[in-house]
Amino acid sequence: MGNKTRIVVIGNGMVGHNFLMGVVEAENGLSDNVEITTFCEESRPAYDRVQLSSYFSGKTADDLSMVTPGFFEENGINLRLNDKAVSVDRKRKVVISQKGDEIPYDKLVMATGSYPFVPPVPGHDNDACFVYRTIDDLEKITAAGKKGKVGVVVGGGLLGLEAAKALRDLGLETNVVEFAPRLMAVQVDDGGGAMLRQKIEELGVNVHLGKNTTNIGPGDQHQLKMSFADGEELETDLIVFSAGIRPQDAIAAECGLEIGQRGGIVIDNQCKTSDKDIYAIGECALWSGQIFGLVAPGYSMARTVVSDLAGEDATFTGADMSTKLKLMGIDVASIGDAHARTPGARIYTYQDGSDEIYKKIVVSEDKKLLLGAILVGDASGYGTLLQYCLNGIELPEHPDSLILPNRSDESVGLGPDALPESAQICSCHDVTKGDVCNAVEAGCTDLGSLKSETKAATGCGGCAALLKSVLDCELEKSGVEVNTDICEHFPHTRQDLYNLVRVEEIKSFDEMLSKHGKGLGCEICKPAIGSILATCWNDYVLKDEHLGLQDTNDTYLANMQKNGTYSVVPRITGGEISPDMLIVLGKVAKKYDLYTKITGGQRVDLFGATVDQLPLIWQELIDAGFETGHAYGKSLRTVKSCVGSTWCRYGVDDSVGLAIELENRYKGLRSPHKIKFAVSGCTRECAEAQSKDIGVIATEKGWNLYVCGNGGMKPRHADLFATDLDKETLIKYIDRVLTFYTRTADRLQRTSVWMENMEGGLDYLKSVIIDDKLGLSEELEAQMQHVVDSYQCEWKTTLADESRLKRFNTFINSDATDENIVFVKERGQIRPALKNDPRSETALAE
Amino acid sequence: MSSAMKNESPQWVDVCSFKDLQPNSGVCALIDGRQIAIFLMSKNEKIYAIDNFDPFGEANVLSRGLIGDLKGEPVVASPLYKQHFNLETGQCLEDEAVKIEAYATRIESQKVQLFI
Repeated sequence: MGNKTRIVVIGNGMVGHNFLMGVVEAENGLSDNVEITTFCEESRPAYDRVQLSSYFSGKTADDLSMVTPGFFEENGINLRLNDKAVSVDRKRKVVISQKGDEIPYDKLVMATGSYPFVPPVPGHDNDACFVYRTIDDLEKITAAGKKGKVGVVVGGGLLGLEAAKALRDLGLETNVVEFAPRLMAVQVDDGGGAMLRQKIEELGVNVHLGKNTTNIGPGDQHQLKMSFADGEELETDLIVFSAGIRPQDAIAAECGLEIGQRGGIVIDNQCKTSDKDIYAIGECALWSGQIFGLVAPGYSMARTVVSDLAGEDATFTGADMSTKLKLMGIDVASIGDAHARTPGARIYTYQDGSDEIYKKIVVSEDKKLLLGAILVGDASGYGTLLQYCLNGIELPEHPDSLILPNRSDESVGLGPDALPESAQICSCHDVTKGDVCNAVEAGCTDLGSLKSETKAATGCGGCAALLKSVLDCELEKSGVEVNTDICEHFPHTRQDLYNLVRVEEIKSFDEMLSKHGKGLGCEICKPAIGSILATCWNDYVLKDEHLGLQDTNDTYLANMQKNGTYSVVPRITGGEISPDMLIVLGKVAKKYDLYTKITGGQRVDLFGATVDQLPLIWQELIDAGFETGHAYGKSLRTVKSCVGSTWCRYGVDDSVGLAIELENRYKGLRSPHKIKFAVSGCTRECAEAQSKDIGVIATEKGWNLYVCGNGGMKPRHADLFATDLDKETLIKYIDRVLTFYTRTADRLQRTSVWMENMEGGLDYLKSVIIDDKLGLSEELEAQMQHVVDSYQCEWKTTLADESRLKRFNTFINSDATDENIVFVKERGQIRPALKNDPRSETALAE
Repeated sequence: MSSAMKNESPQWVDVCSFKDLQPNSGVCALIDGRQIAIFLMSKNEKIYAIDNFDPFGEANVLSRGLIGDLKGEPVVASPLYKQHFNLETGQCLEDEAVKIEAYATRIESQKVQLFI
């Protein structure tokens, strides 16, 4: 307690939580001087409401969570989950909770958000009427959706269309009912709205415009019947109201704070309400007569309050309401004065009826400045247009060149060099070009490190391409020649080398070196090219011409340990093993006195084999039916699985069966780095698939595919790639993703980093793999099929050829063993002796 | 550790036959209790011999390292922690103070000989 400032936050939504994070991360030590309590009336702490509809396409409540585990505990924040602030006593400076507690405050932050507006139509309170705001709402809609066939969304705005997507994902025949004569009336004009309607109807959603609902009563064929002012009727099984939001200002009003005429807690430029100890931020706040229904302005308010609490100068001066979003796969963007309300404004429009693209720009009377824009169907120009608009950059002579299709090679985009230092690159995290430049100067020379340093492009990700171009431009300017050569022997990247191997059908390192390299090669280029050759042609890796290329572990098909001995890992597909096979492992381990340990990938590792023992051990394992586990290779390691529906009471599908099938398919695939899979039989996710390069989770309708996750040093949650796939499609997608990865990744680049550095990110990968944007699908699949068909157990091949076994002798001229290898016992098993361990007599005799 | 010191009166000794060597790779020979890594670099047709003991990882593993060149110097990279050793001199490229023994090699009537 003592003299710490007590801060109470009402509301743990996106903005409320962003405020907490701002306090915790503040560099001015603010968090040491405050004691925070936060209310959260929902049953879950902050989650990503913007991504709410992805809940229907397979994301779970945990996926949407914005709270890192342990956040509240570690930062000493008192979270009052499921508790609601019911009133504020400003005289005594206490907040009274629903549970009857009184929480004193020095500073109060209201982040109460908004509530959905439900028009007071008779029947609006029917059991089959819902709103669309919280995860609880979604759960109710899901339950109702299972019983019905038809759904209606009332409201054709941004959120309404999101809700429509949700209903469509539930498999309902979906209708959108809008009072205004067009969709997204706030953001787009009639032309854009018409194009949007056309595209949405093609997706099977019925759009009803200019409809004023007058009554909701019982239906004949379906649960409900809606009656409209024009006499028409529509039957449906459920209704979702998404007709706008209203600021949640009840508590503020009740304790006497100043409220706007049409609602909203009035705030000044420091986000202070009419009581100087109370702030309001986010959708509940009314600044200069405006409510901001987007998350970025809310974050900006939160930052202002953090600074103000720390005694720093900070002002909130309004926010840009430009938006870019993807609605049911349709790009829609709106910038600035989209409706040309500025006096004298001039308009240019471009409409492509064939590809269904609509673009409009609004420019100043002198045609020098961009005032606003609308993009439907193709929002690729959003970044450039937004920069023109926000930074007052002078337009080119013919402004329409910004929206006309670019049919020459000449780029009309705004070069990053033209942007001022103050230009905002990432609006989610308020990162300016200046911030990016500083980070580049400080050593962030790739997209991945730049993202983790500045946070840019880690919100909605919309600015990733722009960020990359700023990075490239800065690197070029600073004269840092970004040398992407793999090593001194080849003036090429790994990707170049890969392409050379395929295009010129290069089959050996020597051929590559004589055609494209110089010198003798080294431990960088040799394994890299060895791996590429194996990925493409899948030869036996210890063939004479490939032997010298292999990395330490591949050369002996085992994993070298610190004392020069090896560990042996036979494949145990899906982690399933019979007692007899387990006994074989035990017998072999016992015979050669090997240390045994269960691995994280659900198999058994046998340690301490000397190089000469490897063929003997493997002969016994292969005779018993084992095959190599590729634990030594940059290749598929394991497919971990939970026990699945065969045994588990909760299992939805046979995860073990699928894991075994996948492991058998991809075993032996050589890749830029190791690859791990997992398959879970239900959303409880016991196999931890979301931390793997490829993760698969069973659903009621099929399999959800996750890609590019990682555990290890820098964990990365895998991205949900596709949902409810049948097995055939699942395998096709995995074929394509993995082949695309082996083609385009850097040397030793895991899929997680590959994804982080991919321009266009997840959306781009989806467009290549799912939409076949590059026309590569068949080729990618065929290539994988070649690897699958040419699989061999490398140990079996090795043992079958006696001439290859000579290499495994410890000495070329003696049968002696390496006397430097000494083991001692610990917990009943061997381990390498340390310097201070008492050595055996033989070792000492040396 | 007397085995690490050079013989006072070195001479050429037979080690193995040429075909016992692994092209572009290494093997290990045991000569008077001393482990010696012998490499055959096919591209320049040279045979190199250095101590097998890796002074960083403290294990007898250098014969199992990848060979190649760095700026024209023939090197082996330790399979444990990847330090490079010059195959002609035994000098470690990452640490001036570390140098291991290197031995002259030759072929005499299909026999690989070391000057040791």
